[in-house]
Amino acid sequence: MSATASPDERQEQRSPLRWDYAPAPESADHVRLRDSYGLFIGGEFVEPADGTYAPTINPATEEPLAEVAQAGPVDVERAVAAARAAQPRWAALPPLERGKYVFRIARLIQERARELAVVETMDGGKPIKESRDVDIPLAAAHFFYYAGWADKLRYGVPDGPVEPMGVVGQIVPWNFPLLMAAWKLAPALACGNTAVLKPAETTPLTALLLAEILQEAELPEGVVSILPGDGATGAALVRADVDKVAFTGSTAVGREIQAALAGTDTGLTLELGGKSANIVFEDAALDQAVEGIVQGIFFNQGHVCCAGSRLLVQESVHDEVVSRLWRRMQSLRVGDPLDKNTDVGAINSAAQLARITELVDAGTEEGAEIRRLACDLPDRGYWFAPTVFTEVAPAHRIAVEEIFGPVLSVMTFRTQAEAIEKANNSRYGLAAGIWTDKGSKAFEVASALQAGVVWQNTYNHFDPTAAFGGFKESGFGREGGPSGLRPYLRQA
Amino acid sequence: MTRTRALPHVDRVGVEERVARLAKRSIKTDAKRQGIRMAISMLDLTTLEGNDTPGKVRQLAAKAVCPSPEYPEVPSCAAVCVYPAMVGVAAEAVAGTGVKVASVTSGFPAGQTPLEAKLEETRRAVADGADEIDMVISREAFLAGDDARVVDEIEQIKDACGDAHLKVIVETAELGSYDHIRHASMLAMTAGADFIKTSTGKARQGATPGVILVMLEAIRDYVDRTGRVVGMKPAGGVSTSKAALNVLVLVKETLGDEWLTPDRLRIGASSVLNDLLLQYAKTATGRYGRSEDFSKE
Repeated sequence: MSATASPDERQEQRSPLRWDYAPAPESADHVRLRDSYGLFIGGEFVEPADGTYAPTINPATEEPLAEVAQAGPVDVERAVAAARAAQPRWAALPPLERGKYVFRIARLIQERARELAVVETMDGGKPIKESRDVDIPLAAAHFFYYAGWADKLRYGVPDGPVEPMGVVGQIVPWNFPLLMAAWKLAPALACGNTAVLKPAETTPLTALLLAEILQEAELPEGVVSILPGDGATGAALVRADVDKVAFTGSTAVGREIQAALAGTDTGLTLELGGKSANIVFEDAALDQAVEGIVQGIFFNQGHVCCAGSRLLVQESVHDEVVSRLWRRMQSLRVGDPLDKNTDVGAINSAAQLARITELVDAGTEEGAEIRRLACDLPDRGYWFAPTVFTEVAPAHRIAVEEIFGPVLSVMTFRTQAEAIEKANNSRYGLAAGIWTDKGSKAFEVASALQAGVVWQNTYNHFDPTAAFGGFKESGFGREGGPSGLRPYLRQA
Repeated sequence: MTRTRALPHVDRVGVEERVARLAKRSIKTDAKRQGIRMAISMLDLTTLEGNDTPGKVRQLAAKAVCPSPEYPEVPSCAAVCVYPAMVGVAAEAVAGTGVKVASVTSGFPAGQTPLEAKLEETRRAVADGADEIDMVISREAFLAGDDARVVDEIEQIKDACGDAHLKVIVETAELGSYDHIRHASMLAMTAGADFIKTSTGKARQGATPGVILVMLEAIRDYVDRTGRVVGMKPAGGVSTSKAALNVLVLVKETLGDEWLTPDRLRIGASSVLNDLLLQYAKTATGRYGRSEDFSKE
């Protein structure tokens, strides 16, 4: 076309056209993963005693990313012995100096934030925008927050002189790998404990990059060891010579750990499953409630222990909320986790995909009405389209069991009392959401809910200053805030 | 007699979190080029100053018709937007090009003139060749709770417009809350607005992303309920390419692709055009240009 386009031609150019976002992949060129990673014990990477390695894969492509050593019982003993040896000197450091190490870890996480975000996404399948904007910044924030407590412990635990527990064994899940490691390590270190951390079987890589960061921070050897491995490694760690165990994961495994520690004086905190209620009242700001529902259940593919997986909607606005939700879901972008515009990424593993599929099939069989988002899913990798069940009865499995996937169960209630009763009618009690424009109602309902975290007019917000933890089968003990110090201290 | 007002519920924190997330959409390569051309085609290129002259308006009109001779694939703007006294000049300057003439009336920007004067001003502007009228609601009536008068004024001005399209400015910066912005948007649509528009550009704040989102959600719900299509015009504050592309993102993800046309979406601005052209040139040449690469008008 020439510069002297006629008016008609110019008009032509104004006709509506479809506008879509071009692929915007976050570059992974700067990431230098090693071919294989050893165990991090006593300040260095070492070979596992029995020589076992296993690949860790990218769940979005099923491509292997690296070979990772698997710790056996001998390695666990070795790491715990290193932690035991390092503990007195670590605890004896002036608290200000201990705090400086923790600050240094926080800063190094920030410095390597981009690399950590990309690796977190590649190893776990979560969208890059979440690892970039949530996981990694929050992990750094936790280290910053607890670094500040190191020399102020008597103000955090005012009821008496305290001392560190000693050596702690920490087992973290695959849904927020680096963030959960930060939740565990930051308070433990600030309080003067040494730690042995076991990352999850499917997502060990950011913990191993954290090991590199600990080296760079010149953390004294043995203060933190990192032992990748499977459930057997975790079981060995629980039974090792540790003074406290901190576990985040499934209720079934939590129960085994508690049984194994019964009758011992080993400290224990458990952060387990959930089937959290997100309660929408008829006087809520509905568009923002819908946004909160979406964040509550599709954030991190629903691999969130506090996911708002049970939506309780007042019957008078049920149809409107469901239709707005369904419309909103149409703009969710499911696919390549490394694309900056992706909203919902890959399911973490084949095993988790099978578990989600089984429960969704059960939901259909039990008579709930299913809506699955029509979207193009990649051929390789593990994927599950965002799904909503309506006509769910409280007795259905999908209303009771934790699905841990992008699957929402919608139920109705008629009155405030019924909402509270239904929300509490669960063996879990991790979190809840309340959506109402009326402040008095929000306070009334919040105080009646058996849930460790209650969000009002928002969902899935995390902050290092706020305590997080469960009621009932969602576990006990709190992480975050001053209460997160307590499990890592005992009365002197 | 005014009825008791029932305000809708809009949660400020939720709105701002949503727009913060949408602001992170990454618009690159083809999407950016296409988006920039699209945004230009939706511009109501505006000059609303006391020192506007026929010469200035003619130059602006020429720029609206052909924003950049260097990039002929760049479309014309949708309209030029001027004060009523300049409508005749503008109409002559864009005659036969497809570019529309829009004029602000109804005692713009304050709206504090008698209704008769507002109607007469509107009729004159249309008679002089305005295709589109951008009116302001009476904030004086709205803030006093007199919704009926707000609606009545819009209806009468709509009548005075005849065939000209009516855009109704709610002046969001003066309404006080998202609840009120949504309520005013609904009143304007109920009264017959063809477009609803955020701002005059003369208040302390123009079209913020939060304001745009709330008004888009009001449009979505109104269209759902009535089936009548209403357009959206953010104005004031959309001064960079990034902000303009973000408008497209907000519209696409709230109302859908059907709204990405100048018939349903306008952006009221002036300086943004040159930034769009600079960014467009950058996608073509790979380097950033200078502001003097493109004429000011």
